[in-house]
Amino acid sequence: MPEITYLEGIRQALFEEMERDENVFCLGEDIGKYGGAFKVTEGLLEKFGEDRVIDTPVSEAAIVGAAAGASHMGMRPVCEMQFIDFISCGYDMLTNYVATARYRAMLPCPMVVRGPSGGYVRGGPFHSQNPEAAFLHTPGLKIVYPATVSDAKGLLKSAIRDDDCVLFFEHKYLYRRVKEELPEGDHVVPIGKARTAREGSDVSVISYAATLWKALEAAEQCEREDGLSVEVIDLRTLLPLDDDAIVATVKKTNRILLVHEDTRTGGIAGEITARINELAFEWLDAPVLRVTAADVPLPYAPSLEDYVLPQTPDIVRGIRRLAAY
Amino acid sequence: MATRAATGARAGRGSSRPAREEAGPGSTLTREQKLELYYYMRLTRSLEERLVNLYRQTKVVGGLFRSLGQEADAVGSAYALDRARGDVLSPLIRNLGSMLVQGATPLEILRQYMAKGDSPTRGRELNIHFGSPDRGFIGQISHLGDMVPVMAGVTLSFRIRQQDRVGLVYVGDGATSTGAFHEGINFAAVQRCPLVVIVENNGYAYSTPVHRQTAAAELKDKAAGYGIPGERADGNDVLAVYDVTRRAVDRARRGEGASLIELVTYRRKGHAEHDNQSYVPEGEIERWARENDPLTRYVERLTGAERVPAAELKEIDARVLREIDLATDEAERSPVPQSEDALVGIYADPATIEPLWFREGIRSAVEGHERPASWGTHDPDTAAATEDA
Repeated sequence: MPEITYLEGIRQALFEEMERDENVFCLGEDIGKYGGAFKVTEGLLEKFGEDRVIDTPVSEAAIVGAAAGASHMGMRPVCEMQFIDFISCGYDMLTNYVATARYRAMLPCPMVVRGPSGGYVRGGPFHSQNPEAAFLHTPGLKIVYPATVSDAKGLLKSAIRDDDCVLFFEHKYLYRRVKEELPEGDHVVPIGKARTAREGSDVSVISYAATLWKALEAAEQCEREDGLSVEVIDLRTLLPLDDDAIVATVKKTNRILLVHEDTRTGGIAGEITARINELAFEWLDAPVLRVTAADVPLPYAPSLEDYVLPQTPDIVRGIRRLAAY
Repeated sequence: MATRAATGARAGRGSSRPAREEAGPGSTLTREQKLELYYYMRLTRSLEERLVNLYRQTKVVGGLFRSLGQEADAVGSAYALDRARGDVLSPLIRNLGSMLVQGATPLEILRQYMAKGDSPTRGRELNIHFGSPDRGFIGQISHLGDMVPVMAGVTLSFRIRQQDRVGLVYVGDGATSTGAFHEGINFAAVQRCPLVVIVENNGYAYSTPVHRQTAAAELKDKAAGYGIPGERADGNDVLAVYDVTRRAVDRARRGEGASLIELVTYRRKGHAEHDNQSYVPEGEIERWARENDPLTRYVERLTGAERVPAAELKEIDARVLREIDLATDEAERSPVPQSEDALVGIYADPATIEPLWFREGIRSAVEGHERPASWGTHDPDTAAATEDA
């Protein structure tokens, strides 16, 4: 099998799931003839036709709401947000309607809302967001944010097959930068399971999406320069969090650095810290530390964006501080 | 429990000849169907009156929402759908009548309002916020306008699967100001979804009159902006409501896409039972009650032009009350929900979430935790000495 990119992994998942199940269809802005702003859906229209690859008006609430309605009827819609920043326009639909539907009305919503997320690409405040924290406290939703090609493809397939609504965040910095050779056949990765991206025994870094790669770089550097053995955990699924994997790495290294690209206050690192406190407090040899974006809207200029977002040297500093504690 | 049709003829409703105006309102309906319309209107009103009694006895949990004076618009419009073909509607808070037409039972409504464990939502949702897609109705949420995109999607699935089905969604005058209404109806129009949007203009959104909701002369005028047919009808004339809705349903079933219908009616009670309606001009409510009550009008029509003996209607009234009495007794006997049921069914997988430790005493933050072998061996003096070194 040839190497494919993260973006091609997503596209393959869409193709394969649409071929496998006629109830799967895509809807979103400019996803048909144009193939989507990032060309994720390129070729889908030609293969599956206008009824299954639907170009919609600029209406995120209608996209999400219509997907919910179709999903009640047994279809499995995959919504594209042109940029995930625009998911906020569908926030009411997702949190009030979709997330509550099974609980309040026994109405299933087997649907996916996917879209390009994250920064490091000079996108400015409205084309760089990481919206996971806005949905993390909404029971009824699931959140997936893959870092690798394998997970991008395998988790999207799981998301489409899931019987509840899955928010599938794709990191646009990774779209064409990471490549991997995937096994042949039906490649499915389960939702809710974290992955040990790198084994280690001195310090653990827990991360996901683009900063996972920066964590791996930092781990290499700390091993090379400091002789530290750094474990790196890739969360992959943010809701539900894999508590078992988090506790296991706490017990193994006793020193935890949480890294995410999202802003600091109210970010997912705070939730993970609280869980570690509740579930494995006795196993800590140092306070849990966070490396995150600064609490600002993401600025555009490279010198500003790079300063605000977490970088590899920031993670190296965090690892060293924990090791020295 | 006989809570179904008055005559058993309802399987054929909505699938009779196409509606035509020449012969007068409701000319496509049989005598049985017209009596069935009366049954549902009477059932709606009497059931709500029973709920008022239960509310005053504090047996209703939370608020009570009336549709007094609006029974014709809910019943007549829902009746234009064809449940046998799998048509689906989504009601709003004053469309109890439409749910009854689709097969919701008084027992379900009473259990819902009394927050019982065997209510359709197992005590999770209020009042008439529930659905039954198999019977052709999908429950609303409180956010006005949100059901328009949802029903656009329901009907989009009909179109994609080339099913012979139609959807209908109710909004009020207030909901036409929401973004969800706009996005949803525009989406349905562009996608030629077989959807009928009923705008129930009852004069007020809570306390806000229509002229503070929109500068449009009539709400039906909004249809033009979406490029779909818009019609306006007397919402208190059940036969006129049926006819205008039936035209839109037929258009949708023919593949001609979405329509908007404005039904002009009047909300005679407050937003909910607690609302004293101090904002309503003096005499307005009384005038509508006196001159334009949909049930009074329909009784006059039936006993007049339709030549139905008054005794026949009285029989229906009595049967409605018997059904409500039986349902009330049964609903009162229903159990309250088991508290632990609150943790079931947020997701398909996992089916149940774990209870919080302070409720169940398990997974406690401290008790029973496994600790490392080194736990408690820390010696402050040694540690201080090490640090000094």
